[in-house]
Amino acid sequence: MVQQTPQARAGGPLAPHRHHGNQRYHFPWITNPLTDNPAPAKIEVLEEDAVTRLRLSGRFALADLTALNSRLTAATGQKPVEVDLTGVTRLDTGAAWAIAEAELRAKAAGQTLTLTGGNPDTLSLIETVRKALPKPDADEVKARSLADRMEGLGRAIMGALAFLADLVAYLGLFLARLARSLRHPSEFRLTALVHHCQEVGLKAVPIVALMAFLIGVVLAFQGSTQLRQFGAEVFVVDLIAVSILRELGILLTAIIVAGRTASAFTAAIGSMKMREEIDAMRTLGIDPATALIVPRVLALFLMLPILGLIANAAGLIGGAIMSWVELGISPAMFRSRLIEGTDISHLIVGMVKAPVFAIIIGVVGCQAGMKVGNNAESLGQKTSAAVVTAIFSVIVADAMFSIFFAQVGL
Amino acid sequence: MTGPAPQRSEKDVVIRLRGIRNQFGSHVVHDGLDLDVYRGEILGVVGGSGTGKSVLLRSIAGLIRPAAGEIEVLGTDVRSASEEERTALERRWGVMFQDGALFSSLNVRENVEVPMRGVAGLDPALRRAMADLKISLSGLPWLAGDKFPSELSGGMRKRAGLARALALDPEIVFLDEPTAGLDPIGAADFDTLIRQLSDTMGLTVFLVTHDLDTLHAICDRIAVLAEKKVLVTGTMDEMLEVDHPWVHDYFHGPRARAALTAKDMKDAR
Repeated sequence: MVQQTPQARAGGPLAPHRHHGNQRYHFPWITNPLTDNPAPAKIEVLEEDAVTRLRLSGRFALADLTALNSRLTAATGQKPVEVDLTGVTRLDTGAAWAIAEAELRAKAAGQTLTLTGGNPDTLSLIETVRKALPKPDADEVKARSLADRMEGLGRAIMGALAFLADLVAYLGLFLARLARSLRHPSEFRLTALVHHCQEVGLKAVPIVALMAFLIGVVLAFQGSTQLRQFGAEVFVVDLIAVSILRELGILLTAIIVAGRTASAFTAAIGSMKMREEIDAMRTLGIDPATALIVPRVLALFLMLPILGLIANAAGLIGGAIMSWVELGISPAMFRSRLIEGTDISHLIVGMVKAPVFAIIIGVVGCQAGMKVGNNAESLGQKTSAAVVTAIFSVIVADAMFSIFFAQVGL
Repeated sequence: MTGPAPQRSEKDVVIRLRGIRNQFGSHVVHDGLDLDVYRGEILGVVGGSGTGKSVLLRSIAGLIRPAAGEIEVLGTDVRSASEEERTALERRWGVMFQDGALFSSLNVRENVEVPMRGVAGLDPALRRAMADLKISLSGLPWLAGDKFPSELSGGMRKRAGLARALALDPEIVFLDEPTAGLDPIGAADFDTLIRQLSDTMGLTVFLVTHDLDTLHAICDRIAVLAEKKVLVTGTMDEMLEVDHPWVHDYFHGPRARAALTAKDMKDAR
């Protein structure tokens, strides 16, 4: 089928004039059988007194387009052009486009471009391409003015406000549906709740415990090297206890859960949304908020405080072990120092935040899921947006809690 | 009626399938399937659900490797071809998938440009112009090139998929259910487009379809998949004569009669 004679391989008579001739075989594994044909494309330019004559012959393919276009561009403008298609065996749409474009340019310059020869197939292809070219006023692209840029900024701000309002609306929806479930316990989906408790709670225990244990170890190690300079090694217990119970235990747990669970909520609800399952639920008289959002957010609300407690315990154990190894503070001493030196208020301050974080993560995850469009890209986009929003919101809420507790003096 | 028509010369055959066997686990889809596709024709492949129409298309396009049999496309044996031969061959055919299968991260123009990037010596401005031309030839508005696949309707995605399949001026195009999910007007337009492109660009078209109107309107020949092989091939008129029960039901059912009447009325006008 494809005979590769040495002459044809070299590119035929066209090769020496080719602008990118040396790049033609840059990818040796890609050969174009259309141009490696026994009769490759050939362009002869004959300058006559009254007319420029282009004689085309052989088989034209995409690789010949650059050469053909530059010859046609060079020829049109000064003199009438005559394109002789007699010897053409196959014309591709690229060559037909170059001819049709040259016709338009010649016309604009007040010259003519005429076609001679050419079999009916070739001419009908050129005619088809002519019709497919844009109308002269089709593609006017407006320049972006300052007002356009301001419009973009305004839209972004309004979009952010609308997003916040939507989050609040979903929080309200959750609370309303929860209240209704309390009044009509038969509508409440206990099985779903238990399932989600297992997914977001039980299955997160190993990663949360390990993370908190390591944080405790790091705090003890860093604290001991600093406090040793002042001979105040024993205060490392207070350092670990306060920082883990008050801030780190619950905050880091919330961040891990936000990454793990907010994305899972968005992906699960979003893929149901994508396949119109949510619309199907509505038509069957099932309320998507009751069926999907309430069990998930409620499960998180119940599980996050427990995960936070586990994280606190694991963090203290990690700190105790490191203090024992590094500073020789025995576990018994660590315990008594912990009990007499650390106020219970630290634990309360930490644990109060857990349900709030849980609601934030759950509502953000579910809202993002409900906003997924009907394509796969939006699912991915919303999932990553949900994680970022959830983590960011948790940290903002934590900062606000700090200010609040400082004001009330806890 | 079965097998290659005797008056065609051997040279005209662009796709030759012999003894194809496809199976997934213990489920045999094709067994001993033979088919010839001739240059310049539009071949419509029909068959009931699960008879492996798309599997056949995928085997020819090299996406599925059959358990046995020979596939020869444009003189190259697809199953034993080297990497280079396969690449060369893939540039001579284009595939349009059911929903366009456009790359979602690229806009329509960039999608059409993807196959052209392998052509050495084609400068970017020309490549862009060629992509716009292919988009326009596929019946999309001139500025559709800037849109992303997610912003297009199903019909427009199919057209964009066709534009990408046509990017390298292929000799063969494979179309997987080109009119599925289109409204009747859109489907008829798409049929006309395929016929027009096939005529002007000398395309050989291998199309899998359920659409009886498409079969009537544009297919030169029809191949019926049943009983794990190509049961019969022939023109629409020849199909009407076949007395195999499934083929008879397919071409004599109420929908087939309606499509036939519509075609007759159009011809009469």
